[in-house]
Amino acid sequence: MSAPLLQLSDVTKSFGGIKALSGLSCEVRQGQIVGVIGPNGAGKTTLFNVITGAYRANSGDVNFDRQPITHWRPYRIARAGAVRTFQNIRLFSSMTVWEHLLVAQPGRGALWRRALPTRWADGAAIARAEEVLEFFGLKDVRNQIARSLSYGTQRKVEMARALTANPRLLLLDEPVAGMNHDEAEDIRRLMLRLRDGGLTILLIEHDMGFVMNLCDYLYVLDFGVLIAKGLPAEIQSDPIVMDAYLGKEA
Amino acid sequence: MSTYTASLLADVGILTLGALSVYVILATGQLSLGNAGFMAIGAYLASYLTVVAGVPLTSALVIAALCSGIIGVMIGFPALRLKGIFLAMATLGFGEMIRSLFLNLEITGGAGGFHGMAHVSVTYVWIWVGLILVLVWLMESSRAWLEMRAVADDETAANLIGLNTTMTKIGAFGMSAAVAAVSGGLFAHHHVYIEPGNFGFERSIDFVLAVILGGSTIGAGSLVGAALLVLLPEQLRALDDWRPAAFGALLIIVLLIRRQGILDRSLLRRFTFRKQAA
Amino acid sequence: MLLQQLVNGVTLGAVYTLLALSFSIVMGILGILNLAIAELFMIGGYLGFAVITAHLSLPVAVAAGMAGAAAISAVIEKIGYEPLRDAPLVTPMLSTLGFSIILQNIATNMWGSDPLQLPDEFLGGRIALGPVSIGELQLIVIGVTIVLVAVMAYIVQRTSMGRALRAVAENRDVARLLGVSGSRITLTAFMMSGALAGAAGVLIAIHYAAITPYVGVEIGLKAIAVMVIGGTSRIWGALLAGPLIGIAEVLTVAYGGSQIRDFVVYGFMIAILLFRPQGLLGGSGADQGQRV
Repeated sequence: MSAPLLQLSDVTKSFGGIKALSGLSCEVRQGQIVGVIGPNGAGKTTLFNVITGAYRANSGDVNFDRQPITHWRPYRIARAGAVRTFQNIRLFSSMTVWEHLLVAQPGRGALWRRALPTRWADGAAIARAEEVLEFFGLKDVRNQIARSLSYGTQRKVEMARALTANPRLLLLDEPVAGMNHDEAEDIRRLMLRLRDGGLTILLIEHDMGFVMNLCDYLYVLDFGVLIAKGLPAEIQSDPIVMDAYLGKEA
Repeated sequence: MSTYTASLLADVGILTLGALSVYVILATGQLSLGNAGFMAIGAYLASYLTVVAGVPLTSALVIAALCSGIIGVMIGFPALRLKGIFLAMATLGFGEMIRSLFLNLEITGGAGGFHGMAHVSVTYVWIWVGLILVLVWLMESSRAWLEMRAVADDETAANLIGLNTTMTKIGAFGMSAAVAAVSGGLFAHHHVYIEPGNFGFERSIDFVLAVILGGSTIGAGSLVGAALLVLLPEQLRALDDWRPAAFGALLIIVLLIRRQGILDRSLLRRFTFRKQAA
Repeated sequence: MLLQQLVNGVTLGAVYTLLALSFSIVMGILGILNLAIAELFMIGGYLGFAVITAHLSLPVAVAAGMAGAAAISAVIEKIGYEPLRDAPLVTPMLSTLGFSIILQNIATNMWGSDPLQLPDEFLGGRIALGPVSIGELQLIVIGVTIVLVAVMAYIVQRTSMGRALRAVAENRDVARLLGVSGSRITLTAFMMSGALAGAAGVLIAIHYAAITPYVGVEIGLKAIAVMVIGGTSRIWGALLAGPLIGIAEVLTVAYGGSQIRDFVVYGFMIAILLFRPQGLLGGSGADQGQRV
C-alpha cells in the first residue's frame, strides 16, 4: 500500500503549560475524506494550525506527500498542496468573490503574468476561477464583496478560494457551521464529487450527522489526546467516544 | 503656457510620483513616512550621473530607479518585520538618516547642495508621470496587486492560503523606492538645484497627504491629491498669510467627511458612465 | 569640559524626556502618532516666553504653557481624533497633522518667523561648581522636569484615572470589555500629553533663551526617536533615553561633525525598533503593531 498523503507522528503542541496536542499520531490516505471530531477545546483547530504551519509543533513530525513539512513556512505548505479554510471565516475584507478566486492561485503563472492585467496575461487563472465559481454555484454573487454575503455563502467562498489553488489535501475547519440542512447537504454532495475527482479532504465538524454521512474514516480527540479512530460505524458504537463526546452532547 | 504655470504643473507631476510611491506600499497595508529618503537617493544619484558622469538623463533616471529599488529591497528585508505604526516610525527614521547622510556627503556638496543639472521641460516630466501612472493602472488589475491587497486585508490568512507575503511586501517596497527615485531625479532636473533640506520629513508627509486626500484605494487618487496639494494653495491666495491654516482646516474637513479620499472607484465609475451617456 | 557637556546634555535631555512622554501617552493608549504634539510644544514655548517677558514668575510661565497646550490638545481630540477613532491609523494621524499646520501658521502670523530672543535681564546667573558652571536656568529646566515626571508618575501609578490609563495601554480591547470609558480616557490622555508638551516648550525656550515657530519639527521628530529608544510600551524608558540622547547629541556636536548627530540618533532608533522593540529597558513581549 502506498504511503499516506499526510502523516503526523507523535506531535505535541503546548501553550505555556497547557498541552493542546499531546503525542498525536494520525494519517490521511490519498482519496479519502477523513474527519476529526471531539468536544470544544479538544485541540482540533490546533491540529489544523500545526499541519498548515500557523503553529510550529514543539515536538514530533508532520509529513506531507513524503516531505517533512514540520518547520516549513505556511505559504510553502500551502503551495505543496495542503490548503485550508478557517473556522472563524477569514475572507479578505476588500475583495469580491471573483477576486478571492483569482488571488489564491499562487503557484500558477510566472511573475510577469501575475504583474500584468489578469484578463490579458492569465487566461489559465481565469479559466480555473470560472471552473470553481461554477462548481460552487457562486456565479450570481461573483462581483459582490465576499464579506457582505450570507454566512453559508461566505463558507462556500472560503472553500472555493482554497480549491482554486489545486490542492492535494483540502483542510476544512467546520465547513457547515451555521448552515441550514439544505445548505449542508449541498456541501456534502460537493465534497463527495471532489473526492471522486481524486481530492483528499480532512475536516473538522461538530454536526455528527454530516460527519457520519460523509467521512471514510474518523479520528476522535479529547483534551489533545487521540482517544479513538476508525470507520464512522465503529466510532458511533465506541463506548469511550460516547462517554467523552457523544454522551455529553446528547 | 507661462513659465510659472509650467513650473506648477511640473511640481504636480513630481508630487504625483511621490504619492504613487506611498500608494504602492499603502496597498499592502503599510505606511511609509520616509519616502523622501528614496526621493533624495534618486535626486542625488541621477544628478551625479548626468552632471559628473555625463550619462543621458533618461538612462540616469532608469539607473537611479533601479539602484533605489535595490536599496529599498535590501532595507525591506529587515524593516518589514515591523508593522503598522512601528514600520512607519522606522521609515521616518530612515528618511531622516538619508537627509543627514547627504548633509555630510562632500561628494554631492553637503549642506551647500548640488547643481549643474540641465533643466528639463514640463513635458518630459509628464511623460514619466504618464508612463508610471499607466503602469500602476495596469498593475491594479493584476493578480500581483490582488496579492498585495490580500496582505493588507489579512496577512496571516494570505500566508496560509499560499501567498508569500514577505516577498509581496518587499516587492512593493522596492517598487515604491524606484518610483520615489524617479520623482527625485525629475525634481532635481526640473529645479536644477538640490539640497538635503528638500527631502525632509515634510516632503514624506506631503506624499502621504496627497494619497490620503486624493484617494488611497486607486492610483489616480495620487494624481488628484497632488494637483490639490500644489494648486489649492495658489487658489487660496486671497487669504494671504492664512493660506496654510486654511489648508490645514480643509485637510481636517476632508478627512472628517470623506475619509477614503476624494477619488475612489465608485466615483470614478460615475464619471466614466456619465461620459458614455453624453 | 566633558563634565560641562554632560550638564548641557542632561538639560537638553530633560526636554526630550518630557516631549517623549507626551508622544508616549497618546501612542501607548491609542497607538497613533499625534503629529500635533510637536506644534503644541512650540506654542507652549511661545506662551511661556510671553509670560516671562511680562515679568511674571517662571512657575506661572510653565503653568501657562501647560494650560494653553492642554486646552488646544483637548480641541484636537474632540475635532480631529474622536470622530475618526475607528478609521485606519493613518487617518487620525493626518488630521493631527492638519492641526499642526494650523498651529504653526498661527505662530508665524502672531510672532513672526524670525526667532525671538529672551532679553539678557531674564537669563539669570551661573553657578560655578568646581570646573563646571551651571546656569540657573539649566537648573530650573532640570528641576521642573523632575517635578513634572514625579507628578505624572503619581497620577499614572496611584490614581484611579492612572489605573484606567494603564489598563487601556496594556490592552485596548480588554479594557473596553471591562467597561473602561474610552472617550474620557482618550480626552485625559490628550490633555496630559498636551500639558507635558507645553511644559517642554517653555523649558526649551528657557534653555535656548530663544524660540522660533520651527522648533517643533526638529525637536519633535527627535522626541519620537527618544520615545522609541526608551520603549513605546514602557513609558518610563524615556527617563533614561532622554538624557542619553541629549548627552550623545551634545557630545557629537562638541567633538566632531554637528551634522552626523541626526544620523546617529535615527540609526539608533531604527536599530532599537528592529532588535529591541520593547526599548532599551523593557522586558519581553513587544507590541506587534496594528495595520494602518
